[in-house]
Amino acid sequence: MRKVAIAEACMTRFGKHEKTSLELFTEIGLTTINRAGLYPRDIQALFLGNCLGGFGEGQAHMAPFVHSAMGLPMSSPAMRFECACATATVAIRNAALLVGAGVYDIVLAGGVEKTTNLSTSLATRTFAMASHAQYETPVGITFPGVFAMAAHMYADKYNIPLIELKKHMAEVAVKNHYYGSKNLKAHFQKEITVNDVLSGIMVADPLQLLDCCPFSDGASAVLITTEEKAKKITKKPIYIAGMGQASAGGLYVQQDITKAMARKTASKQAYLEAGIKPSDIDVCELHDCFTIAEIIAIEALGFFKAGKGYDAATKRHTYIGGKVAINTSGGLKAKGHPIGATGAAQVTEIVEQLRDEAGKRQVEGAKIGFVDTMGGDFGTVCNIILTA
Amino acid sequence: MESKLTFKQYQNSLQENRFLGLECKNCRVYTIPPQAVCRSCGSQEFIQRQVSNKGIIKTFTVIRIAADGFKPPFIVAMVEMGQGAYLMGNIVGIEPDSANMELIGKKVEIKAKLVKGDLYSKDIWTPVFEMISV
Ligand SMILES: [Zn+2]
Repeated sequence: MRKVAIAEACMTRFGKHEKTSLELFTEIGLTTINRAGLYPRDIQALFLGNCLGGFGEGQAHMAPFVHSAMGLPMSSPAMRFECACATATVAIRNAALLVGAGVYDIVLAGGVEKTTNLSTSLATRTFAMASHAQYETPVGITFPGVFAMAAHMYADKYNIPLIELKKHMAEVAVKNHYYGSKNLKAHFQKEITVNDVLSGIMVADPLQLLDCCPFSDGASAVLITTEEKAKKITKKPIYIAGMGQASAGGLYVQQDITKAMARKTASKQAYLEAGIKPSDIDVCELHDCFTIAEIIAIEALGFFKAGKGYDAATKRHTYIGGKVAINTSGGLKAKGHPIGATGAAQVTEIVEQLRDEAGKRQVEGAKIGFVDTMGGDFGTVCNIILTA
Repeated sequence: MESKLTFKQYQNSLQENRFLGLECKNCRVYTIPPQAVCRSCGSQEFIQRQVSNKGIIKTFTVIRIAADGFKPPFIVAMVEMGQGAYLMGNIVGIEPDSANMELIGKKVEIKAKLVKGDLYSKDIWTPVFEMISV
């Protein structure tokens, strides 16, 4: 395998957008190509993440239309990736694999989503389509519901009073909104308090409104190329040191949903390939679709022991300057979660951090970054380790 | 490879209130709901069995913001059957607002109800859990 690098990574602001998905991705894709000093004709393939285009805009098969709008050569194929919330990370991993294998030299990968044009109940219905359609979705489970059940199971398993766990979960939201307030691309750019979280409406017991990430629109694109080409394009190439991806079935098969076994499996592959361990990571963007999800993730990724990560934000272990800086972009929680674009935006944040370009939320001297994206109810997990 | 218990057959068994499951010939683990291979060892050799309709609540939530087609609030739970398999379904017969952590570990009887399909799905029989009073 050839060494693979990221030459450029960009994202739109996340939030509510008037523009179509096609326009959003085309703009950010061209921005990425322009910033690299390249032309659309230089791109050899487009890997486009998108989940809900069929529901939000009546658009399936979005990739060739984006391809055309961007002016990519007919000989450079475009294809859509879909792995629920892990979509863009999976697109990026596949681009990196093919560049590594020598099939392509330059691939544009990323994703786009529009969710704010769906009503809350339709958005909730379409998100729930990523649960098992025969054995789980028909009982009315929602994504907040999945993580709500994980929170109750966590409290029971580790014998933590629910009221205590909820305060520590709220601290995760406080941290991620704090970093969101320093990110001009974030959906939410204002700080919140523990009390704000604990006084929100109940979405799925015990998750309240601010325990949940928002529905967002947005797009993000990443230029993946060889080490040699990246060095010509930029003074600060970022290298892909290790990757992993794993799959699991429905919750009825996973059973213990506090463990996130697919994440343990995927991250183990990534750590092994990169030859590094969790304690080497300076900065990590992980899948905090809900506050409890961040707690489960920091344990499964090996930053904290099982049952010991719940108070990490409260103890400031996951702030900049703590044990490991987690979700300095604001995470899905504050930066927003346009599902098909999320993974590429996580990569964008790590690229900025490793280039020392993250401004007010810079982790000083960050050299090794970790990307963790989870699709569906722990069914897909994709991890990428990046180095300066 | 022909399935030992199709989704349709499993649906029929739920409708008749008799739970069918698959016991692995290799490792004896039960796979319920059915799928082509053992959830534990991957073997394709099963014996179809009728299983007990008793279980224990492992976790739950009260859905208060629901997807199109559902009327909140209602309780969703994961229940461990006697044979070690987990089912997702609805706890019925108690007020959603009364649901709390004390539900976890409680015994339930497993029955089934028909959930109406919508634009994207057909009618489906799903598990419901009734508390067994002691
Ligand atoms: Zn078996």
